[in-house]
Amino acid sequence: MNLYYLQIINMIGINAIMAVSLNLIIGHTGQFSLGHAGFMAIGAYGSAAFTVYQKAFFLKLFSGLPPSLAESLLFLVALIFGGTLASLGGLLVGIPTLRLRGDYLAIATLGLGEIIRVLVLNLDFVGGARGFTDIPEYTNFFWIYLILTIVVVMMTRLVHSAKGKAFLAIREDEIAASSIGIDAFQYKIIAFVVGAFWAGIGGGLFAHLNTYLHTNSFSFLKSIEFIGMVVLGGMGSVTGSILAASLLTLLPEVLRVASEWRMIIYALLLIVFMILRPQGLLGKREFKWLLPKHPKGKNG
Amino acid sequence: MTEFLQQIINGLAWGAIYGLIALGYTMVYGVLRLINFAHGDIYMVGAMVGYYVARWIPQGTGLASFLSSLLAAMIVCGLLGALIERLAYKPLRHAPRINALITAIGVSLFLEYAGQLLFGADPKFFPNLIADKVFLQWHGIVINQIQVLIFSVTIVLMVLIHTIVQKTRLGKAMRAVSFSHTASQLVGINLNAVITFTFVLGSSLAGAAGILVSLSNPKIEPMMGIMPGLKAFVAAVLGGIGSIPGALVGGLLMGLSETFVVGYISSTYRDALAFLLLIVILLVRPSGLFGRSTAEKV
Repeated sequence: MNLYYLQIINMIGINAIMAVSLNLIIGHTGQFSLGHAGFMAIGAYGSAAFTVYQKAFFLKLFSGLPPSLAESLLFLVALIFGGTLASLGGLLVGIPTLRLRGDYLAIATLGLGEIIRVLVLNLDFVGGARGFTDIPEYTNFFWIYLILTIVVVMMTRLVHSAKGKAFLAIREDEIAASSIGIDAFQYKIIAFVVGAFWAGIGGGLFAHLNTYLHTNSFSFLKSIEFIGMVVLGGMGSVTGSILAASLLTLLPEVLRVASEWRMIIYALLLIVFMILRPQGLLGKREFKWLLPKHPKGKNG
Repeated sequence: MTEFLQQIINGLAWGAIYGLIALGYTMVYGVLRLINFAHGDIYMVGAMVGYYVARWIPQGTGLASFLSSLLAAMIVCGLLGALIERLAYKPLRHAPRINALITAIGVSLFLEYAGQLLFGADPKFFPNLIADKVFLQWHGIVINQIQVLIFSVTIVLMVLIHTIVQKTRLGKAMRAVSFSHTASQLVGINLNAVITFTFVLGSSLAGAAGILVSLSNPKIEPMMGIMPGLKAFVAAVLGGIGSIPGALVGGLLMGLSETFVVGYISSTYRDALAFLLLIVILLVRPSGLFGRSTAEKV
């Protein structure tokens, strides 16, 4: 297949992972986080540092295995390492900020996302301002869509579990949820940590796809792109997030013919969509045939 | 000690500009509960308008040409603010807040990229309208003319806004609208007119800030508004959102602390500091320094 198209398809997958993971925080739990790119950055840099600095050690450790298998194993461990770092970041960011609400939470998470970015910019062993180069190219179509499938299955299972109902209750009315005994703070932290974990995995995939990282890729505009995907898809709709992630990744590519008008049209479309279809493309509905079957068959 | 005092002067000059931008944020947030992300880009438009006006005026420098650029920037930005409110925000007044926020981000992107198309992506250099001469020198501490101008324009505009909001009927209507949309309509306030007026005032302040920045920092480009816009919002939260003196104090604090970080620690941490400050404030005193804390009604 044409490499350009393959690259777009891969980016759609990564963006869909990011959007679905953010949907848990914004769409299901109703916590407006503007720092998702920060978690993605932690995962990207964490996993890339792991593969770059631990590769020799790891391959020696598994020298009995065929090299390609050992490298896949290395990549898997690196991804999980990046995701875990990101979820730790989510915990650290969540504990102080999740006591805030609405716009204040949005701005605080935006701020923490930027702080993460500036801190990474000042870390010399991951390249600092020069960018992190020579990351092995491990990510491919198979990895991305395998992980996307896992994320989608996990998110649907989670949302339809008892915990998932608690998330929705907090979104609908935090005070009412607290009054029936839901520990809102604890559930918000869970949503944040799980969302951050998958954002970190998405970042790891991104790092090993592009083989080069710079903190400019993780500015707050990136977080906003992901939020655009969640809102455009419909808050709380998993398949909606995937649909919107595909559209919003494709759109700038399709608009490439419009050259310098590209981003202007993109911005205008974003505004027009928000005005004409505020509930998003799918609203709270799902494409059910895309999702795994679950015993109760009810949709939150 | 001399260097310390000099840093304070420079920090206050920066802070005054942050204060002007923060004021627009605070006013718009007051009436619409909307973080107007496009506000930073309106500030960019102000700088650009000033640039073109200053170039059309035949080689005159000095106060007259400065004032004409300032006035032009304020008028254009005020109109732009009103236009944005009518076209983009008004249809969303009853939509969920997150939609309004994303629309604001869309408007911000639109202004940035339309700016690139219209003005070109390469930086431009703002003409020296005011000579960079020393105004006052005292024991090695220098205050130059541009800083004096920044302080005086800021003070005049702040007093003007304060008078409008506190002393006029329109200002009273603005305060009523920020209290409750429904109740203010019930007593006969024209909601749309008041909201539009708020945007005009706030945006013209951003335009003025754009000109003032360009005097001391003459490199201007379409993306220049992003960071100052965010930091000014942080300044507004710092001072207590909705409070006019709060915006000024928040801006000054922001300018001072930034100058100190750049002067004594490292310029790479400059952008992180603003947000660190924000998080500390939100945790210790979420309503800001001058804000009123509100209890949530059930």
